[in-house]
Amino acid sequence: MGDASREIMRRARQQIPEWTPSQVQDVLAQKKADSSDQEVVVVDVREKHEWNEGYIPGAIHVPRGFLELQIEEAVPDKSKTVVLYCAGGVRSLIAGTTLKQMGYQNAISMSGGFGQWKANGYAFVQPRLMSEAQAKRYSRHMLVPEVGEQGQFKLLDSRVLLIGAGGLGSPAAYYLAAAGVGTIGIIDADVVEESNLQRQIIHNTKRLGQYKAESARETIEALNPDVKVITYIERLDESNVADIIADYDVIVDGTDNFPTRYLLNDAAIIANKPVVHGSVFRFEGQLTVFKPHEGPCYRCLYPEPPPIALAPSCAEAGVLGVLPGIIGLLQATETIKLLLGIGEPLVGRLMTYDALAGEFNELRLFRDPECPACGEHAHPENLPTYADVCAI
Amino acid sequence: MATVRLAPVLRSSVGGSKQVSAEGSNLNEVLADLYKRYPALKEQIQPEGGLSRFVNVYINDQDVRYLQGLETNVGPTDTIQLLPAMAGGQK
Repeated sequence: MGDASREIMRRARQQIPEWTPSQVQDVLAQKKADSSDQEVVVVDVREKHEWNEGYIPGAIHVPRGFLELQIEEAVPDKSKTVVLYCAGGVRSLIAGTTLKQMGYQNAISMSGGFGQWKANGYAFVQPRLMSEAQAKRYSRHMLVPEVGEQGQFKLLDSRVLLIGAGGLGSPAAYYLAAAGVGTIGIIDADVVEESNLQRQIIHNTKRLGQYKAESARETIEALNPDVKVITYIERLDESNVADIIADYDVIVDGTDNFPTRYLLNDAAIIANKPVVHGSVFRFEGQLTVFKPHEGPCYRCLYPEPPPIALAPSCAEAGVLGVLPGIIGLLQATETIKLLLGIGEPLVGRLMTYDALAGEFNELRLFRDPECPACGEHAHPENLPTYADVCAI
Repeated sequence: MATVRLAPVLRSSVGGSKQVSAEGSNLNEVLADLYKRYPALKEQIQPEGGLSRFVNVYINDQDVRYLQGLETNVGPTDTIQLLPAMAGGQK
């Protein structure tokens, strides 16, 4: 340290009181004991790589280089006691003078810094770290404040179940996997056929005859090794629905038939799981989010399916290949919003898309107080799911 | 005349049109006017007396079940939307 540095330190010591780690520890223990006292804030002014190796529990991280820019947002109340620390107690002392200039009345520097804190054997937190590969892979998410590192960890810890790896499930699964949703369940008993490939982009020509769930797993694993894929080569029915959905946070409904939609609706209400619903027909698609007890459910919307004679044969109805891509990706988007708790999910709103007109529209949906599945006197465990009109 | 927009599955009943006009001062009258010209539509929307439980009818984006049902008033500039349940996804 040169003379000038020493002079700066000497002046800083005159202005900024210093607490030893044991004093800080006592104050924090006291603060914990009477939880109403929120007057002490601990701020770590070290660099990111130092913070990553561990920090004092409850501390806020404001690197010294960003102190002037960020501290007023992090600690708006300038009358609070702000305990600053760095690695050894030098940078925090200088940071204290900056805070004082900025009007903070009770800036304190912890002498000995985090090194002394650790040497005293006091508790510290090791932050969760992303691997270098993950930091690169998700860098565009990290730049979005609504996602950021914490949001990315949330996605990595999330579990999404896709009902069907077909037209809607293919693009939804593909993008959810790219986004780093950590666990993706796929239930589908069908095999890949040539007629699927015009829209079901998660499969390919080499996979003809393979189970769709397995084909989807291969594609996802090649795209993102962070994602764990759980496959169910079966149909969703009364015997398995409760067990399967129990493990997931959000369900993406890409089913092709009414019985499964009703079955899933009722089971999701019982298990309190949000269902992101999508459907397509030729040039049009629609989607909404059924969030139990916060908005309407599928039975509020359609108490009964159409009679067999009026339902179009699903296989013959036809669809423009890109259409399920658009709706499936809107489903993936709603899923991510639900997982991160951001934005306005399409709860109680039905969005429709008309590809030929190039139009999006929105209809308001209401909860039916008399709904047999989610109404006041509902019994979702005991409702008919109707015959499979599409199978006929 | 009110505008009636039809979901894709209903369009074959009206010769393929996406929307048609119909006359009437309430929903009942408007639908009756529609059925007069497109009898096949009645079967899909109102096979029995009341509104079918598998078709949703919206007037200006509001579900008529939460307005006055078939008695809901319809003005000449209103848009009625007929939206039956779609089987949906894709195998």
